[in-house]
Amino acid sequence: MPLLSLKNLSRSFGNTRAVADVSLDVNQGEFFGLLGPSGCGKTTTLRMIAGLEKPDSGTIEFQNADITNLPPERRGFGMVFQNYALFPHLNVFENVAFGLRARHKTKAEMTERVTSALELVQLPGYEKRAMDELSGGQQQRVAIARAIAIEPALLLFDEPLSNLDVSLREETRSELRELVTRLGLTAVYVTHDQEEAFALCDRISVMVGGKLMQTGRPRELYEQPAEISVASFLGRNNLIKAMRLSSSKTSDGEFKTLEGGHTLHLPVNHGDLAPLNKPVYLAIRPEHVQLNANGVPNSLPGHIREIVFAGATSTVRVDANGLLLEALVLRTDGLQVNQPCNVILSPDHLTLLK
Amino acid sequence: MQRDPLPGSPDPSKVTNKIRLLPWRSVALLLVTAMVLLYGVIYPNLSVVLSSFQRGGSWTLANYREILGQRIVIEAIVSSLGLSVGTVVLCALVGVPLAFLFERFDFPARRLFAALAALPLVLPPLVGTVAFIFLCGETGILAHGIQNLFGLANPPWRLRGWAALLLFHTYTMYPFFYVLTGAGLRRIDASLAEAARVLGASRITVLRRVVLPQLTPSLVAAALLTFMTSMASFSAPLLFGGDVRVLTLEIFTARQRGDFVMAITETVILAIISLGALIVFQRYEGTRRFAAAAMKGTTRRRVSISSGAARVLATIAAVAFAVILVLPVGTLFLVSFAQEGSWTTQTLPSAYTVANYQRIFSDTYAAEVFFNSLTMSAIAAAAALLWSFCIVIVLRRRRETGKLVGEGWRRLLSLLILVPWALPGTVVAVSVAEAYGKPSLLLGSFVLVGTFWILPFIYFLRFMPLVVRALQASMEQVDPTLEEAAGSLGARAWQRFTRVTLPLVWPGAVAGTLLAFVIALGEYVASVLVFVPANRPISIAIASELRDFNLGTAAAYGVVLIVIISISMMVAGRLERLRG
Repeated sequence: MPLLSLKNLSRSFGNTRAVADVSLDVNQGEFFGLLGPSGCGKTTTLRMIAGLEKPDSGTIEFQNADITNLPPERRGFGMVFQNYALFPHLNVFENVAFGLRARHKTKAEMTERVTSALELVQLPGYEKRAMDELSGGQQQRVAIARAIAIEPALLLFDEPLSNLDVSLREETRSELRELVTRLGLTAVYVTHDQEEAFALCDRISVMVGGKLMQTGRPRELYEQPAEISVASFLGRNNLIKAMRLSSSKTSDGEFKTLEGGHTLHLPVNHGDLAPLNKPVYLAIRPEHVQLNANGVPNSLPGHIREIVFAGATSTVRVDANGLLLEALVLRTDGLQVNQPCNVILSPDHLTLLK
Repeated sequence: MQRDPLPGSPDPSKVTNKIRLLPWRSVALLLVTAMVLLYGVIYPNLSVVLSSFQRGGSWTLANYREILGQRIVIEAIVSSLGLSVGTVVLCALVGVPLAFLFERFDFPARRLFAALAALPLVLPPLVGTVAFIFLCGETGILAHGIQNLFGLANPPWRLRGWAALLLFHTYTMYPFFYVLTGAGLRRIDASLAEAARVLGASRITVLRRVVLPQLTPSLVAAALLTFMTSMASFSAPLLFGGDVRVLTLEIFTARQRGDFVMAITETVILAIISLGALIVFQRYEGTRRFAAAAMKGTTRRRVSISSGAARVLATIAAVAFAVILVLPVGTLFLVSFAQEGSWTTQTLPSAYTVANYQRIFSDTYAAEVFFNSLTMSAIAAAAALLWSFCIVIVLRRRRETGKLVGEGWRRLLSLLILVPWALPGTVVAVSVAEAYGKPSLLLGSFVLVGTFWILPFIYFLRFMPLVVRALQASMEQVDPTLEEAAGSLGARAWQRFTRVTLPLVWPGAVAGTLLAFVIALGEYVASVLVFVPANRPISIAIASELRDFNLGTAAAYGVVLIVIISISMMVAGRLERLRG
């Protein structure tokens, strides 16, 4: 039974459909990510979960109760805002205690919970500080402390790390994950940074153009993207336009690439058997493209166009008879520009996109 | 951690019921808004318009036909428009170059001028006019000085007519252009100009194609403000307008004569011109924001003038402007210590005394005048503060469901609130007097005119838009996510307002209230039309002292007024900084 369920949520601003028919479930104790390029509707979705935005249609259920029309202050969710939204006229203690005052806690309980929240974010003894006396990283921690002090039923994050510099971002990231796990909280985390999402989240929904494209574990999304938009958004990918050949069977799909005219094989099941006369996309990650092995299926002849050195790895661009492919290799010994070579697109790593 | 039960555990059946009902607070707010606008804005203005179309109980255009047929009225309309256009042009010619000079360059004495630049704006028009007469009038310090120096038989000039009015208007109204152009220049992202230079544009091209287009909204706003203020100008035309008859003066004299029909009809004409300007102004306000669309920009540094001659010249200019700004106030100060009757043909008064101050502080009549002005202004300002919170809540634009009124209503209400501010004081006073000068539909048999309350009521109407504006500006500076954060932490609407918004906006609101208070303190234009012995304000006392040639006493009143205003403005300035 999911803790939070969004059912067919839609929201438009003027003529723009910010969120279109989004449905997803978040389970108890899960760290759930909403990932997508900027303007994809992920923040709007989060704000609808928080109650800050009302959906035009669809429902939000929490613990099996419909909370679509419940105002934010009655949802009991903690939220960490992108700009932190710390109250500039209140000190650290009062900021963290804000939600507790709204709940009319006793002074003793308030002090105790603020102290423990500040300890959890490693800011003990900062109670009296004003907001402008804190560094960006410290403000970030206060924002998190304020959200967890109310012991939220659900914790919402709106790109909370985007205002930190790179090294601080990675440090805070692992602390954040550790903290949420330790407190046994459920979190929904919005970000446009796939590395961040992969590192933090148990499951991720990828959103593009207001639509939810695919939900799954990070590895699943990366290796078996279902949609072309997901495949191209998550890391680099070789996208190959091809047509299914009539000779293909359900176990062995046979495809002809539109560029280069190569024949590729990959196993397909009955469910995603592509129509015969419509072009489809096949995807393969550059790190799965092999060079110079002979006598294996899906080996295409070509020649090297370019070798780009990037430290630990190098990118080799190969022209296979008009079909341009990228391969990520560790060593470039013996490879030269204009040298003929074979490119192998292993059927295990080739994905048929919808 | 142990989890609390949710503060409002979702109970769908209850929730949907609650949402449908408008809370009583919202109903009360909407009711107050409707009442104030009905009594203060809609009814008085409507009754003036309706009266102007009536004669002997029947509907007619006769009033307009008759009045527009009189040469003197047409002359007044043309004079008012001509004076205002002339004022706008002169103020732009003075204010815009000054803004460029003081915003873009750095040199000694720049700060001195910048600190004084807005001085004419806080000077009550009547006090400014009086000070101007003492300084530049034909019996003033400058004229006497030149006369005595060269042994002339007559004063070298007479402070009368067009030239005098335009000079005085430029002195008091150029700050609109100076302040708004300065603010516009500061808002312009310097990297835009830099980008244009890198792309090969010359300095002149940058000015023409990058700076001026972004400055246009500020310039239009300044022009309209100047135009409206000039249309409403009354004290200067009254005291040294000479043959120049403007509409405000015509309305005043028509009422003095007892020709109410003419006064009312002219009032409508003046109101239409002013409201036309307001509507254009509003349109430009909406487009003002495009400078803010830029991302993180760079702010432009002032260029230090290093060339010796230019530096000296700029410094001299700054000192000269500072002296010009201070001189009228200095003159007023000097004259306030002059023994009555001691200043006839000398350059400066010959005998000094504190008797003038003793008189206004010990005299019961004077004490009453101060008491009246302070009480009435305080009542009006306090009411304006309360009202501004009420209206700001009603007008707030929230993305979620908390919106009280729709966008169309929002615009209409905003416009209605601005109406009393845009209308000349003369128009406000005449329309309130017309609406509540007889038993009326809204007040029954109670006649407001002739009571103490008429002036606080008019002060409130005239200056509440300032407070509303100040509060709205403060509200806009508050990051909307703060309230959202408070909401997500469980704070109800009322708590969000009192614990987050209010602590952040009160300095701005109080600063705006103080401004309204001091302007009301020196109010003359409307007061002179409807005051009664029970509420005689300071400005009326100044005018009557002046009429009796008690120049020293009139000046002393003015100085006390300026002291109160300065203290209030300093407090307001503190509060503004507190907010930043």
